[in-house]
Order: sequence, then structure tokens, then C-alpha cells
Amino acid sequence: MRELLEMLERNARTSTGELASILQKSEYEIEKDIARLEKEKIILSYGALINWEKFGDDTVTAIIEINLTPQREVGFDAIAEKIFRFDEVRTVYLMSGSFDLLVIIEGKSLKDVANFVAKRLSTIEGVTQTRSHFMLKAYKKDGVIIDDEEKDGRLVVSP
Amino acid sequence: MNRSDKLSNTVNSIAPSGIRKFFDIAAKMENVISLGVGEPDFVTPWTIRESCIYGLERGRTSYTANRGTPELREEISNYYKRRHELNYNPDTEILVTVGASEAMDLAVRAVINPGDEVLIPEPCYVSYQACAILAGGVPVPVSTKIENEFRITPEELEPFVTPKTKVLIIGYPNNPTGAIMTREDLLKIADFAEKHDLIVISDEIYGELTYGGTHECFAALPEMKDRTILLNGFSKAYAMTGWRIGYAAGNPDFIGAMTKIHQYTMLCAPITAQMGAVEALRHGEKYMKKMVAEYDRRRKLIYDGFQKMGLKCFEPKGAFYIFPDISSTGYTSEEFAEELIMKEHVALVPGTAFGKSGAGHVRCSYATAIDKISEALARIENFLKNHKK
Repeated sequence: MRELLEMLERNARTSTGELASILQKSEYEIEKDIARLEKEKIILSYGALINWEKFGDDTVTAIIEINLTPQREVGFDAIAEKIFRFDEVRTVYLMSGSFDLLVIIEGKSLKDVANFVAKRLSTIEGVTQTRSHFMLKAYKKDGVIIDDEEKDGRLVVSP
Repeated sequence: MNRSDKLSNTVNSIAPSGIRKFFDIAAKMENVISLGVGEPDFVTPWTIRESCIYGLERGRTSYTANRGTPELREEISNYYKRRHELNYNPDTEILVTVGASEAMDLAVRAVINPGDEVLIPEPCYVSYQACAILAGGVPVPVSTKIENEFRITPEELEPFVTPKTKVLIIGYPNNPTGAIMTREDLLKIADFAEKHDLIVISDEIYGELTYGGTHECFAALPEMKDRTILLNGFSKAYAMTGWRIGYAAGNPDFIGAMTKIHQYTMLCAPITAQMGAVEALRHGEKYMKKMVAEYDRRRKLIYDGFQKMGLKCFEPKGAFYIFPDISSTGYTSEEFAEELIMKEHVALVPGTAFGKSGAGHVRCSYATAIDKISEALARIENFLKNHKK
């Protein structure tokens, strides 16, 4: 099952036929396995990694460090939920170290993101401090080098 | 001006590699998918590249000892200790060479007297015959068969033994067939070598690339270390083909003789490549294992593809080649390769490039991305449907 997951994680478009050949199962079995993994929420979604900048979009990505006052019974979870429910929030991690939550936000402009942080995030009860860092350039994302110039320079036929 | 009359008779007696022709056709063509490449499609892991950049920055640009740097020989020795429980003395039993190719040339030259016969199971890598001839030896090809998964047996070798037989060259995991030899298979060959007092040159360049089992090193078999010249390198396991770095290990007399030739003809292997090889052995294993896992997936995909097309094919267990039997199509292996590249733009290598017993087969390399393999399989299937002879 691990191998199936690894292959889908790398390329969700790998066809059922290819998966069946490689994992030495029938296509029917592969479909069944995938359906089960989806149902169990082990497979969460299928996305493509897109270079939006190349496509022409000028989105702004910000990484926000957030400090919290933990709450009785629920600790950080309740505040984290209030934050991750926003559509603007792409990613939320609970962290060790000098801050508590690491939040990644995408917006249309600098102002857009700054507004969101000031009006929506920092006003949530329990949030004591935020520090915003705007991302300037992505070199590598989810294991993929953004502008990879390494080409296949091999001879077409060799012994 | 034609100067071919000035060439050495030995060189003239060697045929050029059968691969060249397909290279020329494929190189000019657009939209070619190549299953003809005998090297990894990965680039060398970054940790290896980075360590060499560091070495260059620090000015490590000199000659090294003829035998190779002490660090590298030490690492090679450690590798055989941990992997095969084999002890090679790094000072006297290991020689670092410019690829396993140089090691093969040296090995044959070090032991062959004019007229000595060299047993070469075929199909095999293209250089064995040529090296034997260039060393003044007489290559004696011995066919292996698809029915026996291209493994070599003493029964097949025995009829070719003469008083002049001195060397047996084996190359498993095998290029072009993907065959491997089990321990039992090799033990029989060991008995055969002992019976006829042969030197065994074992080319184990694909040793790390086995699937569903581990590689058996010929020199690690009982009593075989002193009889064997073991050849290996970094090209295939660590995706380091262009670095040209390999080695030989064996009895000090063999290695000493090879070092003598090497010091006069090559001096030493490039220092940068030697640094990369040290890093590969120290920190490269996890990257290598990832590549091997990926080859294994592709192997299953391509094997399944050929089976579904109805081509007779045995399941390759090593290297990154598959060697389907295409004789049912009515084409010879050269015709098949030529028609396929012309009609469907898929490059592969006719089996005859690897010896006469490769007739009726083609070599497909699966050192290429999964989507390309799928596309190539679809094109081959199309070819089989539309271009029946």
C-alpha cells in the first residue's frame, strides 16, 4: 500500500493500468485500494503543483508566526481551528520553539494579506502576537525544483 | 587520402560496435523515445556532486597514487567487507581505474599471452570480445539461452574448453539480458573454473541493481577470491557514468600487473572522480536505494507491457534491461530495430550487437521515466499491429 501511496504522491496522474503493472495487481484491485484509501482519508486530495507566477498570476504568499495563549482543556487546537477555517489560510502547523503556529497565507496583494492578518488573525482571542514574512521567491516546493534546468544530456543510444 | 592500409591488423580485425548505426538514425530524428540508453536517467546525487565542488574549491587537482587515493581504496575495501564479507587489502589488492571499462582492458592484458583463449558467455557487453582480441587473445563465445534465463552453465562451457583456455569472463547482472546468477549457479561455475584452473574476470558493475534478491559476488564464493579479478565501478549504481570511475580487486599479483599497465598508460584515475566515489561509498547508499526502487517499478511496468503484447520475454532480475524475443514477428533483430525507429520513433538496440546468440532479441533499457516507457510500449504495440512482416 505504501508503494501505491508513494507513486500517487509523486504523480497523481499515473494511470490505473500503469499502477496495476507496477504493483502486480489487477486494475480492479487498484481501484478498490484507492477507493478505500480515499474513504479512510489517507488520500486527502489530488492536486497539481503549478507555477502560477509563470502562468502570469501575481499572488502574494506570507508566512505568519503566531504566538498564542493556550486555553484550558483544548490547548492550542481550538484557536488553530478558528484560523484554519479561513479559506485564505493554506497551511497551519503547530510548532516547537519561539512561536506556536506557523500559518501560510495566500492573497492577491501585500495589502490584502496585511489586512487579513491585522483584521482577522490578530483579533482572534488567544492570539498574543503575529509576525509576518512575505515570500519573495520560491526555489523548491514539495520536493520539486521550480526552475530546474537539468536536462537529459545522454546519448540516444549507448552500449 | 585512404590510410586504412596503415592500420594495425588487430584493430582492423575488430568490427565497429553494432550500436553506432542506430545512434546515427535516432540522433537525427524528432520525437524519439529511446529505450536504447545504457546508462541511468538520474543525475549523480547532489551530495556526491557537492563534495567534488568542495574538493575543487580547496584545490584538490593533483595526480593521485597510481592505485588510487588511499581513502577510496579503504572505502572500497570496507564496502566488500560489509556487503560480501570479503577482505581485500587496500594497499595491494585494489586498483582504482577509469571506469570498469579500463579495468576490463587491464585485466585481460595482464593475464593473456598470444593465442590464449577466453571463454565469453553471450549475449554480453560489447567490450569483452574486443578487449580479448586487443590483448592478443582469442575470444571464444558461448551462447546462453532464453530457456535458461540467459544463465551460463558448465555444460554449455565444457565443449569449448581446450588446453589454451585461460580465462572466463562473466558479467552478471547482465547487460543486455537482465539475467542474474544465483549462488547455486555460480557455485557450479566455481567448480568448473577450479577444474580447468581458469582465471575468472567477473564484471559486477550492475551488482547493486538486482530486484527481489541480493547480488552474489563471485569472488566471495569459497576458494574463488584468488582466482577472480573482480571488476566494479560507480557508473550504474550511483548514476556516475560520465565520471569514468571504477576499480578492480583481486590477488596482489593480478592487481600488481594491472597497476603496471595502468601507471604507464593512464597514470591514475581523475582525482575529482575519486573524491566523488569516496562520497558515494560513504553517503550515497540511500540515494542509490531510491534509484533502484524506481528501476524496479519501471521493470515491472515494461515486463508486464511486453507480456501483454504476447512477446516471449523472461523477467529480468538485474541491471536495467529487458531482452524480449521478437522472432515471432518475422523480423531479424536488426530489421525490427530499424523498422521500429523509422515507423514509430522508438530506439532500441538489436540483440546481435551483443553477440550472435542475441539474434531474434532486442535490448530495451528501462532507465527512463515511467510515462515515456508507457508511451514507448504503446508505440511498440502499434508497430506490432500495423507492420506485421
